[in-house]
Amino acid sequence: MAKSKQYDNHLGILGWLGGGRWGVERYLYIIHRVAGLGILTFFMLHIFESSIRILGPESWNAAMETLKTPVFKFGEFLVFVGFAFHALNGIRLILIEWGLAVGKAEEPVYPYRSSLNTQRPLMVIMMVLAAILMAAGGYNIFLLG
Amino acid sequence: MKETAYWSWFIIAGIVMFVLLGLHMAVMHLTGFLQLFNPAGGEAIAWENVVYRGRNMFFTVTYIILLGAALYHGFYGLRTILFELGLKGQAERSLTVLLWIVGIILFCIGTYAAIAARSLQTVL
Repeated sequence: MAKSKQYDNHLGILGWLGGGRWGVERYLYIIHRVAGLGILTFFMLHIFESSIRILGPESWNAAMETLKTPVFKFGEFLVFVGFAFHALNGIRLILIEWGLAVGKAEEPVYPYRSSLNTQRPLMVIMMVLAAILMAAGGYNIFLLG
Repeated sequence: MKETAYWSWFIIAGIVMFVLLGLHMAVMHLTGFLQLFNPAGGEAIAWENVVYRGRNMFFTVTYIILLGAALYHGFYGLRTILFELGLKGQAERSLTVLLWIVGIILFCIGTYAAIAARSLQTVL
């Protein structure tokens, strides 16, 4: 049995509500999961909805008219926001997974330095980029189309 | 498949999606800033634009790759969360099989649509 399975995840999904002492990245981790689940739900519907194009222009245009109502417009924006966050935070996670952006391994000499602090500028850059992308997407979805 | 292999493919699918889904979002949702692959202009969902992309071999191939990568990445992520919430032994194996079956069915539906869209016609 994998070592991680020897411990009960006793908080279960409630453990998602708090970040404990792990700082802002822990909240990004929670939002990453929620955004991922939301995008997955949308995506499974999107496979069917976008497949309507093979039924021809009448069916397609009728479906697209339905999706132009305010509720669906807002949903479209939510998906875009989820995508922007998940994609840019995901790149940060992959860079850290590869050992990048967390600094070189060093002797643990007091006062200890946390690799969380080393990656923080990358986190800030990614969140600023995500915010710019969200603003551009929102402008496009609500004001242009 | 070993868990390390599942994980590596999850990362690879994520990188593939960053490129292809990034392009998809730019084409569909940043039309006010870029008019990428929308030859008729206007909305990306306008029928003429949909037909143009549907008939284009680049989009047929990349839609199918994106479909597979997104299903794999999404279902692996869902599986990780469900495992973490306390599934054990046989339940984990059954869930893995179930997700593979649902994923392959959805992949077949999407792939069929991507191939069928190659013969779409614009209305004259």
